[in-house]
Amino acid sequence: MATRISRGELAARLAQDIPDGAYVNLGIGAPTLVADHIPEGREINLHTENGMLRMGPAPDAAHVDPDLINAGKQAVTELPGASYFNQAESFGIMRGGHLDVCVLGAFEVSQTGDLANWSTGEPGSIPAVGGAMDLAIGAKRVYVMTDLLTKEGRPKLVAECAYPLTGRRCVSRVYTDHGVFEVTAEGFAVIDAFGETTVAELEALLGLDLIDRTAA
Amino acid sequence: MIDKVVGDIDAAIADIGDGATVMIGGFGRAGQPVDLIEALIRHGAGDLTIVSNNAGNGDVGLAALLASGRVRKVVCSFPRQVDSWVFDGLYRAGRIELELVPQGNLVERIRAAGAGIPAFYTPTGVGTEIYEGAEVREFGGREYVLVEALPADFALIQGYRADRLGNVQYRKTARNFGPPMATAATTTIVQVDEVVPVGALDPESIPTPGIFVDRIVPVGWREWMPEGVYAGGRVDVNGVPVGSEEEH
Repeated sequence: MATRISRGELAARLAQDIPDGAYVNLGIGAPTLVADHIPEGREINLHTENGMLRMGPAPDAAHVDPDLINAGKQAVTELPGASYFNQAESFGIMRGGHLDVCVLGAFEVSQTGDLANWSTGEPGSIPAVGGAMDLAIGAKRVYVMTDLLTKEGRPKLVAECAYPLTGRRCVSRVYTDHGVFEVTAEGFAVIDAFGETTVAELEALLGLDLIDRTAA
Repeated sequence: MIDKVVGDIDAAIADIGDGATVMIGGFGRAGQPVDLIEALIRHGAGDLTIVSNNAGNGDVGLAALLASGRVRKVVCSFPRQVDSWVFDGLYRAGRIELELVPQGNLVERIRAAGAGIPAFYTPTGVGTEIYEGAEVREFGGREYVLVEALPADFALIQGYRADRLGNVQYRKTARNFGPPMATAATTTIVQVDEVVPVGALDPESIPTPGIFVDRIVPVGWREWMPEGVYAGGRVDVNGVPVGSEEEH
């Protein structure tokens, strides 16, 4: 029986792979949990695309400053050594390849590394993209953090994305509640299967051929 | 003597005419020039094209301008938010046009307009439905899409401090779109908390030099910034006083 881990455990697993000194952008939603799990002794620099480096955690209610928010428009704080810059510079940080890691959510990731995370393409829905497309193509390593399956049980790791694309061939790794997948030239390689989960079980869940690199 | 300070906020925006393209700074509510927007609503210019990252929050500022029915088109990256009910209603009723632009391309198009670059190639959005049919070219084995600069007739911006020469400083993440928008508009109007004497601003820290600014409008301290000093515990992240309840 495949083992599933919690969102918090997954954030902790992903945080293990963020090296000391890294410049990191955490997307809105579950990826923000990663900040709470950076191993002790590692110093990382959080970037928020609305124009700040060395973003700190949420303030207490007595220190909310409406001029100091993150990309999700929530109140945040500044760490010592923080810097502010305008939007053009902030997106130059992404597009220019200066970020070491970004962590994003996803509707789907294809085995060639295509990402769909901005639109379900539903008729009548209001489209909104924000910085998703810039983040997806900009960071040196693009990590996706997501459940393996949708609530309805459909795989989110797929041969080809059905939803509108955010970026092509941009995802490096997918961290799911069942295991970690590296995107390779030959398709998805399983580099970590959690608990009792086997690669054969993951293949059955996804309906895809997977490369087994769990022993490596 | 150079003096870009305009004390009367209604006079400061009086030449915005029907059909104008107006950039409005801000990311969410941070940096949104709410006082200038309210003056624009009173002024009554219509058929406007608004360039802004979002399409309004709650019922104030940009949202109130949209609700006034004077906006024909919005160019933005993220119109859909938990508190964007005004835009949502207009869009679903077919009463407003939307040009959706990825945020980095939006700001770079603005920056390019201010820097004399008519168009540029960007990797953002290649292969997505937003750029279907756009010109794509390969450089160094990677594909890029051609996008055009985005100039405007007016830019409305919120700064923190300025001098009469038009030098502007911002505060924290409220800087966001201010500096690029200031360069991209024919007429740039900046509301600030305070006008300080020439020489009082550190020349090493002027994100928007006065050459890009036409008018400075002092609007007074905000609730959580008495005398220009941050005082916590007075407002929530939306600037709503703690303990009061915003309608809706």
